Amino acid sequence: MAAELHVELVAADRQVWSGEATLVVARTTSGDIGVMPGHQPLLGVLESGPVTIRTSDGGTVVAAVHGGFISFADNKLSLLAEIAELSDEIDIQRTERELERAKAEGDAAAERRADVRLRAAAAR
Amino acid sequence: MGAQLRVYKRRIRSVTATKKITKAMEMIAASRVVKAQRKVAASTPYATELTRAVTAVGTGSNTKHPLTTEADNPTRAAVLLLTSDRGLAGAFNSNAIKAAEQLTERLERDGKQVDTYIVGRRGVAHYNFRERKIAESFTGFTDEPSYADAKKVAAPLIEAIEKDTAEGGVDELHIVFTEFVSMMTQTALDARLLPLRLDEVAEEASPKGEILPLYDFEPSAEDVLDALLPRYVESRIYNALLQSAASKHAATRRAMKSATDNAGELINTLSRLANAARQAEITQEISEIVGGASALADATAGSDR
Repeated sequence: MAAELHVELVAADRQVWSGEATLVVARTTSGDIGVMPGHQPLLGVLESGPVTIRTSDGGTVVAAVHGGFISFADNKLSLLAEIAELSDEIDIQRTERELERAKAEGDAAAERRADVRLRAAAAR
Repeated sequence: MGAQLRVYKRRIRSVTATKKITKAMEMIAASRVVKAQRKVAASTPYATELTRAVTAVGTGSNTKHPLTTEADNPTRAAVLLLTSDRGLAGAFNSNAIKAAEQLTERLERDGKQVDTYIVGRRGVAHYNFRERKIAESFTGFTDEPSYADAKKVAAPLIEAIEKDTAEGGVDELHIVFTEFVSMMTQTALDARLLPLRLDEVAEEASPKGEILPLYDFEPSAEDVLDALLPRYVESRIYNALLQSAASKHAATRRAMKSATDNAGELINTLSRLANAARQAEITQEISEIVGGASALADATAGSDR
């Protein structure tokens, strides 16, 4: 069996996902980063974007993460985000409406949030 | 029915209605405490991970940051006081306010000027009534604070601490909140949030004294710390808001429980009095009848003779 790393994806007010994985891809401020078991200890700042977790049973978990941190040490990876949603939790129609509204109102932050959600939902 | 008896009956009715209300409030508060506690528990993973990360940067690099370095000569401090929007919670709010006042006094004795930030209508009302200055106040969410509320509260505070003292910024940030110890005990306490004491944070993150690995920082230690510290402050404020909410509900529950108990006692006393009044009335009626009958009997007996 391939080596595994333990992943904790936590939002400010709840634990979103936790489990074993073989690969985690996330977007930091200086570009996408993939973390596999045995990576060197890392602490980075996350950009808004989708996070892809390849679980050890072959499945894929995608989450929309809005800002936060990634930290990896001792084969334990923590993804800290103020807001994080799994792709299954995202309501595509509602998010599309949100995106339109954000565009109409010129709310850049809301537009980016909705965009990240849609991308995460599309990657499901 | 006699006048006195009627008065008692009326009072019993009104106290019974009050008792029903306080009982309902007690039960609502009890369920809210559980909910609030669950929220505290749900926010713990984020807080612990964040604390670990802050420790990692703080100990793994020699970065200097305005939020971790102490001013040589602190002259201004901000105090954030957490109270509730609604009362009926026993001494909950007055305890928090008292703790804030003691802290303010202590800071002023040290020669610092204090800016007060308040969460909750009760605290705002207290300060307004005494015509004290409030730097900023936040109301309307103390029963069920969300993370967005914590961000809203934290924003002006972080801004103030990053500003130069000469331009109206502050050197220190203190927080006064009510810690939820247990269902029966909640204590108002004050804590210094900023500047951060990294050694204390480190102790909290790994009480067993384990050594943290040497991290690779992405993009750089300074940038990570820059991004981390405001989040850390927000998460601490969020935690304090949640604990205050849980404490407030626990205090309400206790206050309402004693109100319900007192109402029950009052009803007991009043029904005893009402019973006595009714009995007195009956006794009086009997003695009136007996008296009347015997007077009549005496009169007829007299006419016979």
